[in-house]
Amino acid sequence: MNAEALAFCALAAMVLVGGALVVYSRNLVHAAVSLVPTLLGVAGLYVLLHAEFVAAIQILIYVGAITVLILFVILLTEGATGLRVRQRNEQVPLALGVCGALVALLWVVLLRVPWGPAAGPLPPYNPGAVGRSFLMPYVLAFEVTSLVILASLVGAIVIARREE
Amino acid sequence: MIGLPHYLVLSSLLFGMGLFGVLTRRNAVAILMGIELMLNAANLNFVAFTKFVDPTFVRGHVAALVIITLAACEAAVGLALIINAYRHLETVNVDQVNLLKG
Repeated sequence: MNAEALAFCALAAMVLVGGALVVYSRNLVHAAVSLVPTLLGVAGLYVLLHAEFVAAIQILIYVGAITVLILFVILLTEGATGLRVRQRNEQVPLALGVCGALVALLWVVLLRVPWGPAAGPLPPYNPGAVGRSFLMPYVLAFEVTSLVILASLVGAIVIARREE
Repeated sequence: MIGLPHYLVLSSLLFGMGLFGVLTRRNAVAILMGIELMLNAANLNFVAFTKFVDPTFVRGHVAALVIITLAACEAAVGLALIINAYRHLETVNVDQVNLLKG
């Protein structure tokens, strides 16, 4: 087993155990905190895939911002997220069946397709290539995304504000 | 040697777990956490395909960055909605928020 396989196995275990705790834990604070190793493991996998810029953004936004936001909301809605409240509905067997079937279908489809060899090497300096891609062919996606984030932040402030 | 199939298997497992969380949780915040897991699985696929199938213009990285941004938007709006619902209804359990049910 070489170093890459070892790193992949460790990161995959981190992601899967963290994800299982996120969906299984009875205590919502534990679930939100186990989101951190899951997202960090995904960031590590990005580094393994030579996507350092995406990994940095993942840590900044997901681990830094979204997890803290989720913890704050759990704090603010304590009456409904407390330990005495039942956290799971009665669909567990059905959901297990649906998720198992979906994962099996994905495996069958994804592993059967011949994806072929890579159409060339990755650019040596990723952030530069990402920036050029954003500003040359995908400038419309970039602008629309910035419009969406502006609208959603204004909307979030309006919705969450206490009415007089 | 770690190749594309390993990443695809891992990301489909992560997606299945996120879907399980969305389907079985009662609390809206926990459902949002399941959605974040599913978005991460999709992002992992994008980045893996960029390395192993289509690396020249790093299209998958662009898509992953756009998805991360939209996930931040979704979390902000969703959590604002949850706070507002809690203020009016005293609950964030999605099976008890049924004002429109006939």
